[in-house]
Amino acid sequence: MALFIGVSGILPQLISCKDPKKIKEQLAQQTLTAWVKLSEDGEITIYNPAAEMGQGSMTSLPLLFAEEMDADWSKVKVEFSPQESEVYGSPGWAPGSKLMFTVGSRTTNSYYQVMRKAGGQARYVLMSSAAKHWEVPISEITTSKSFIIHEKTGQRISYGSLVPFLEMPETLPVFTEEQLKNPKEFQLVGKDIPRTEIPAKVDGSALFAIDIRLPGMVYGVLERGNLHGSKPTLTNESEILAMEGILRIIPLDYAIGIVGKTLEQTLNAKKSLKINWSKSKATGHNSQEVYTTYEKIASQKQSGKVIIEKGDFPKAIKTASKTYKVDFKNDYVYHAQMEPLNAVVQVAEDGGSAEVWVGSQQGPDTKLGVPKILDIAPENVNVHLQYLGGGFGRRSMNDFVEECTILAKEMEPLPVKLIWTREDDVTYGAFRPLSLQRLIACTDANGTVTGFSHSVIGDGGNLVASAVANDHYDIPNQFAEWREASNGIRLKHWRAVGHGPNKFAIECMLDEIALDQGLDPLELRRKLMVKAPRALATLEKVAKISNWNTPSVNGRAKGMAFVEHGSLGTGVCEISVDRSTGNIKVHHFWIALDAGVVVQPDNVKAQMEGGIIMGMSSVLKEQITIVDGQVQQSNFHDYDLLRMQDIPESIETAILESTEVPEGVGETATPMVACAIANAFLKLTGKPLRHLPFSPERVLQALNS
Amino acid sequence: MATFQLDINNTKLKVEVTEGTSLLWVLREHLGLTGTKYSCGIGQCGSCMVHIDNGPMRACLLQVENFAEGQKIKTIEGLSKNGDHPVQKAWIEAQAPQCGYCQSGQIMQAVALLDANPNPTTEEIKTHMNGILCRCGTYLRIIKAVELAAASQSKIEN
Repeated sequence: MALFIGVSGILPQLISCKDPKKIKEQLAQQTLTAWVKLSEDGEITIYNPAAEMGQGSMTSLPLLFAEEMDADWSKVKVEFSPQESEVYGSPGWAPGSKLMFTVGSRTTNSYYQVMRKAGGQARYVLMSSAAKHWEVPISEITTSKSFIIHEKTGQRISYGSLVPFLEMPETLPVFTEEQLKNPKEFQLVGKDIPRTEIPAKVDGSALFAIDIRLPGMVYGVLERGNLHGSKPTLTNESEILAMEGILRIIPLDYAIGIVGKTLEQTLNAKKSLKINWSKSKATGHNSQEVYTTYEKIASQKQSGKVIIEKGDFPKAIKTASKTYKVDFKNDYVYHAQMEPLNAVVQVAEDGGSAEVWVGSQQGPDTKLGVPKILDIAPENVNVHLQYLGGGFGRRSMNDFVEECTILAKEMEPLPVKLIWTREDDVTYGAFRPLSLQRLIACTDANGTVTGFSHSVIGDGGNLVASAVANDHYDIPNQFAEWREASNGIRLKHWRAVGHGPNKFAIECMLDEIALDQGLDPLELRRKLMVKAPRALATLEKVAKISNWNTPSVNGRAKGMAFVEHGSLGTGVCEISVDRSTGNIKVHHFWIALDAGVVVQPDNVKAQMEGGIIMGMSSVLKEQITIVDGQVQQSNFHDYDLLRMQDIPESIETAILESTEVPEGVGETATPMVACAIANAFLKLTGKPLRHLPFSPERVLQALNS
Repeated sequence: MATFQLDINNTKLKVEVTEGTSLLWVLREHLGLTGTKYSCGIGQCGSCMVHIDNGPMRACLLQVENFAEGQKIKTIEGLSKNGDHPVQKAWIEAQAPQCGYCQSGQIMQAVALLDANPNPTTEEIKTHMNGILCRCGTYLRIIKAVELAAASQSKIEN
């Protein structure tokens, strides 16, 4: 017996019968989809519409739903929802649009109302059914932990026991914020409830797309070369086709595809390919020399694309008592998600439909580009979302899904598993862009910052130019622009996107000014945050928990940085430097965070810890270099990540209490790291670090400058 | 193609593959033991950590024919019947995983540590676990989980 409650705004459908075959039939007939299933034994299955890549959506979103449904959490199971954005989407960027898109730390923020309203509607259906069953007014009915209660008559019935008496109300109210629970009444939200999917992640049973195995499945790999945009010419096709287990060679514009019976046979053939590669736009690009060009672009008189113009920056410069001009540089970085890209696609024999198993951050098109390649309607593509072995922005690009579909189309009806080797994943990566930030700031006679100009030079528009606004700093004259410099390298959002390089530049600039003016960085920011009380509260709190005003022991220093990325956070780190090797050691990190309502406090702390450690990895170790267009790194031996021996002793997070709408927390910590470390280094040594990553060579160079 | 018999999780399993195939592909793609993960393929990340005769080894570097002589292979699936090995329980208590992809390797490495050294210091944990990469940055919780597991085991012994 099962109940489906649909809440897509149209009258929901109800299914209640005992014949399993009939249930199945009714489900198949149902045109509206649903958020929740309820069985007579009280088990509640709630759908999670977001991707789960470690951020905890498998718990946080169903928890919001259960909160308003007054569900007994111990009876809740969670499943991924179907990938249908009309039903399961959250508000998109265009008014009235809906999106299933796990990017930009938008999961909890964008689904906060959606899940609560849907949970409230589910509760309403239960209440109105009980009212009819007991013949009492619905206004006299209350709920608690999966029970419906009528105080006056002393009647109680569990949600499960109500299943036989369920009846759909004629209309389903659309709840307003006022009709939902006041955050102060929350029973589940804000408690440390263990994440639902963790048990499956400790016994090996959690399925990632790379783990999918299907009868008759064959394997696909692509050789893409290490020069982005280069076109291949295969010169030993017959030799490859003669190899054991090789079924097909499928050339693409930028790669040679091979399909084989087993993974090892297919990989073996990949190694034997002889390919001539054409030149491409990236030919001639040298990532370490290109900064000279970028500096020239920065010095050109003509402005780029203006992003912010507030007050009159040119006038502020003219009347300033002091002007500062500093360039910051950022090398390419790679996502390095632990699960290499992969997908499994099966195209039906008639070519009219497809099944897709994928770990994806979804997208504006929840069918991930598959319908277009197969020239079929989106409803004929069924996407089975799997756990993501890391996303970080890389898995919101569909290239790997499209590649697998191209191979699967050739192999129909056989399912094809496409695997990128780690070497493919690195060399054909889509990197955070290389960029140069030229900052010019000015102060008046009192040392007050009166003007701030921020020029971003780099490729990829918002990939480099986002996060240049200083909304929380009271600086009357601000200017920001983007100047394009295109090199033919594949680029993509990388956790926190423009916040990484741009907060590095902004927050370091402030400390360079503070040092020059003899101001404490805390004092400088206090003054700047005078009109932003929530930001200021994070500053004050972190100053307290990090004992900012107590000097560090000899050889150590603290540095701070403020970041807003939905949530507001100020971070402080304490470092020391080995002056003979150039190694920076981070001893502690403290964060004070205002994220509005916090659904899962411990999980927010986990996001801070992970965000800091990923940030440290990128800031201290990671670097993609390009010589004559060719990516020089290929695997973890030459693109090493931060390891356990290099982590801080502690990362402490203080969460500020709030009843405001929840804001994303996944990308607030990572961009703090570069600036907090550089600012601590500046305090410790008097020398600035202005080029990411802070490799030991660069640190030594700075020390000796 | 050749047939190899392997002793995996106390079960004898036959597999027909080309000589030279890595134990990782045999486990994952031929036998469906997908808890052991592929991530780098060159012994740098430790996502494919398994136990060979109780010692931790990277399956991506091992060739199948070298392990058909009766060596006992243990994967994450063989660690416990119900996911309740003390180390797995500690991992849940510490809420260690985020994306979860590296965690089988982390757990197998941690079990090997505690088998050899039931009460490791934090520094010993870091040294022993240093070879297993985690991109989500769960290292602090992994240390906590290993310490919890050590504490729970010593409690049982006492």
